[in-house]
Amino acid sequence: MKIHIPTPLRAYTDKQETVSAGGATVAAGLESLVQQFPAMRQHLFTPDGKLRSFVNVYVNDEDVRYLPEKEHTAVAEATELTIIPSIAGGAPCIASCCCR
Amino acid sequence: MASAAVAMTKLGQAVIDRIGNTPMLRLDRIVSHLPGITLLGKAEFANPGGSVKDRPASSIVRAAMAAGELGDIQPERSLLDATSGNTGLAYAMLGAALQFPVTLCVPASASPERKKMLHAYGAEVIFTPAGDGSDGAIRKVRELYGASPEKYFYADQYGNDNNWLAHYRTTANEIWEQTEGRITHFIAAMGTSGTFMGNTRRLRELNPRIQCISMQPDSPFTGLEGLKHMPTAIVPPIYDPNLADRNIWAETEPAYAMCKRLGREEGLLVGVSAGANVNTALQIAEEEYAAGREAVIVTILCDGAEKYLSERFWTED
Repeated sequence: MKIHIPTPLRAYTDKQETVSAGGATVAAGLESLVQQFPAMRQHLFTPDGKLRSFVNVYVNDEDVRYLPEKEHTAVAEATELTIIPSIAGGAPCIASCCCR
Repeated sequence: MASAAVAMTKLGQAVIDRIGNTPMLRLDRIVSHLPGITLLGKAEFANPGGSVKDRPASSIVRAAMAAGELGDIQPERSLLDATSGNTGLAYAMLGAALQFPVTLCVPASASPERKKMLHAYGAEVIFTPAGDGSDGAIRKVRELYGASPEKYFYADQYGNDNNWLAHYRTTANEIWEQTEGRITHFIAAMGTSGTFMGNTRRLRELNPRIQCISMQPDSPFTGLEGLKHMPTAIVPPIYDPNLADRNIWAETEPAYAMCKRLGREEGLLVGVSAGANVNTALQIAEEEYAAGREAVIVTILCDGAEKYLSERFWTED
């Protein structure tokens, strides 16, 4: 599967916008991602291994938390995962975008 | 004559008159284990637009209207900015109250509550792809402004001095009066940095011994919405990194926990940045207590919880 990395996390993926990951489920794909890029782990997961509550993962535009099997949802080679920080407010990178 | 003046100042005549002069709330239960420490929260959620952002937004709008860049002289000209946050809501409210058009570029991933509020105020909202985040919204603003600058007043809260001046002129003086000059510490999170810059500059003039402590998220990837991790961001033009006595790096989860605690222990439903502010203030309170000092610590309750109630942390353990 292909995982889209949000701008603030690209510092931990050698600036790659997308990363190819193995695994048959969403959870396996995320595990593959953090194994490739260990510095990502603390940003995505709590110390006890739960997805941090402000981290949203979309499977082809569906929020994984609202899918029946959640992170155990099966994925195929062509599936695209997108990681998006919860943005109920604010615009954390406005300055970095508008001042370049 | 006198009663008319009182009506103007105490009651106000319009929505814009109700911005500022917010209550100062004692958060006694949060520091009940720390005798000698007073913890105070400036209730910015009491502003008519529901957040501290009413102050900079109205300051920016008033200056633009005074300069003839917005308003009656150019009634078709629209205030333009990229924000799905509180500043956008404040602009939209002011646009309706003062009758100028507002155009906001908003990531499609913004919460349904916010989208509905912006719509209810009558703002023109242009949605940009969710996956592009606020970058996408900013690119759209630049595209619109670049194509027809005559159509828009680009408000640019990150680079506009009227942002921090709003706090320099109003919030800081209110804090000084409400604490009768007893404030010892001021703590504020930074997004645009306007709240911290403006309050700190004025409070230092009033008493140079006040400790002014800024707060930022501990990571660029954070649940503390609207706040900025300065080391990985290009710094807002209005930010002066040398102003703070000290900076504290805030984690997301303790801020969430403080939001829940303020709801249950103080009857205050506040947003995530307010939770982060209070949690940081508590950290300072514990340090001062441990050092055997009394302190009057003031922080900002930036907004209420209503726009965040669909966040999962309220119901998660």
